[in-house]
Amino acid sequence: MNVSDSTPAMNNLMGSEADSQRTLYPYVTGTSVVGIKYKDGILLAADMGGSYGSTLRYKTVERLKSVGKHSIIGASGEISDFQEIMRNLDDLILYDNMWDDGNSFGPKEVHNYLTRMMYNRRNKFNPLWNSLVLGGVKNGQKYLGTVSMIGVHYEDNHVATGFGNHLARPLLRDEWHENLTFEEGVKLLEKCMRVLLYRDRSAVNKLQIAKITEEGVTISQPYALKTFWGFSAFKNPTAGAEGSW
Amino acid sequence: MSELAGTIPGKGGFSFDLCRRNDMLVSKGLKPPSFLKTGTTIVGLIFQDGVILGADTRATEGPIVADKNCEKIHYMAPNIYCCGAGTAADTEAVTDMVSSQLKLHRYHTGRESRVVTALTLLKSHLFSYQGHVSAALVLGGVDVTGPHLHTIYPHGSTDTLPFATMGSGSLAAMAIFESKYREGLTRDEGVKLVAEAICSGIFNDLGSGSNVDICVITKGKQEYLRNYLLPNPRTYVSEKGYTFSKKTEVLFTKITPLRELVEVIEAGDAMEE
Repeated sequence: MNVSDSTPAMNNLMGSEADSQRTLYPYVTGTSVVGIKYKDGILLAADMGGSYGSTLRYKTVERLKSVGKHSIIGASGEISDFQEIMRNLDDLILYDNMWDDGNSFGPKEVHNYLTRMMYNRRNKFNPLWNSLVLGGVKNGQKYLGTVSMIGVHYEDNHVATGFGNHLARPLLRDEWHENLTFEEGVKLLEKCMRVLLYRDRSAVNKLQIAKITEEGVTISQPYALKTFWGFSAFKNPTAGAEGSW
Repeated sequence: MSELAGTIPGKGGFSFDLCRRNDMLVSKGLKPPSFLKTGTTIVGLIFQDGVILGADTRATEGPIVADKNCEKIHYMAPNIYCCGAGTAADTEAVTDMVSSQLKLHRYHTGRESRVVTALTLLKSHLFSYQGHVSAALVLGGVDVTGPHLHTIYPHGSTDTLPFATMGSGSLAAMAIFESKYREGLTRDEGVKLVAEAICSGIFNDLGSGSNVDICVITKGKQEYLRNYLLPNPRTYVSEKGYTFSKKTEVLFTKITPLRELVEVIEAGDAMEE
């Protein structure tokens, strides 16, 4: 699903009044989110870029947020729709707290709520233009799932949105296993994010990693990945092939 | 190079004569014939002694697998091979054509072909057809100037790279290369990495599948390892066998003899009308 390449100017030239009441294309978008289960819980990684079409306009967008005590959510796609989803989720958690019955929403419940919300909006031809990753741990049970903007949802040991599906999933299918330690998990996620940084044009080199275990949620401070550009073929690429690059 | 002048077509470039008629037919509802595409994973990398090329072996026609074990690594010269993705007919024709041109050129100059020669012949042909010849190629070889690896796009642009992937499975293969490639790989490490990248394409991309072909080119030597890996064997075979019994079972027999033909001659005037 391609969420980049929109021209805001086109909007006014199209159709009726009714069109201005529903989402036709995204404006400010976030790129891939990658998530894996590991020994103690879930790890999510996402960069902090918000692209406005082909400009990398916002570079401190937090795309990973915690939801209640037991879950974290990562979103790619339209940022304003993600903010709307967070408002709904915060209200949901608030009303749940007000019951004060000792019970709290776990990741499965939140995932189900998100699925219903996304599918319902899609049926009204007014989607929330996001692909979401939802992970959490409750009562020792780890859960990692994803929902797309049309309501396609599933859970797996490792998930990704957008470009992550093409670049990160193959790596995860090869190298993921049960009982990854925290360090191994972070290393694996960084490997995926590095490939995305090299090959996804809307990626920025500033990422956060979120961890959730039975104890709680930690979202790391933003940091950058090391990249390597020192291949000898890059130094003089047209040696012997004048006219190419 | 006057010998090559004879191979340039008289008018030059793509003939747009039939475009208007084709557009008219499409607007009337004619569906153009679908062509055999090699939804593909092709890769190449440079290791310490030369170049290694790899490819999967699935050729698709829309959603159907037309050929389970086709050859996507084409011969250009004894020291140059080319992997092709895109329309199968286009990759075959264009690599065959440039291979013949290279041979004539070798006779004319008396020297081993260079990779940049093949590169220039391919890119100028593809450019003159403005992208209509849908061939995306990974060209690799070793000549007197050293090992070279190039990618060529259908519109005629080229890249010179230490490692390259093309085709629908290129992202899956590139993920493997970007995380595991380094300079100065040995032959065995290189072959293992190429096989891993092609397997990543085979298992993660629907347009690629079946087996892994590899070609290792070094100075003065090439090894074409056809079906280097067969990771998709046919595992279920029916024990009853797949041949039908030759005989038809006889359920019952009934013989009806033909009756004697008896001629009845009528009394009276025949042929009276």
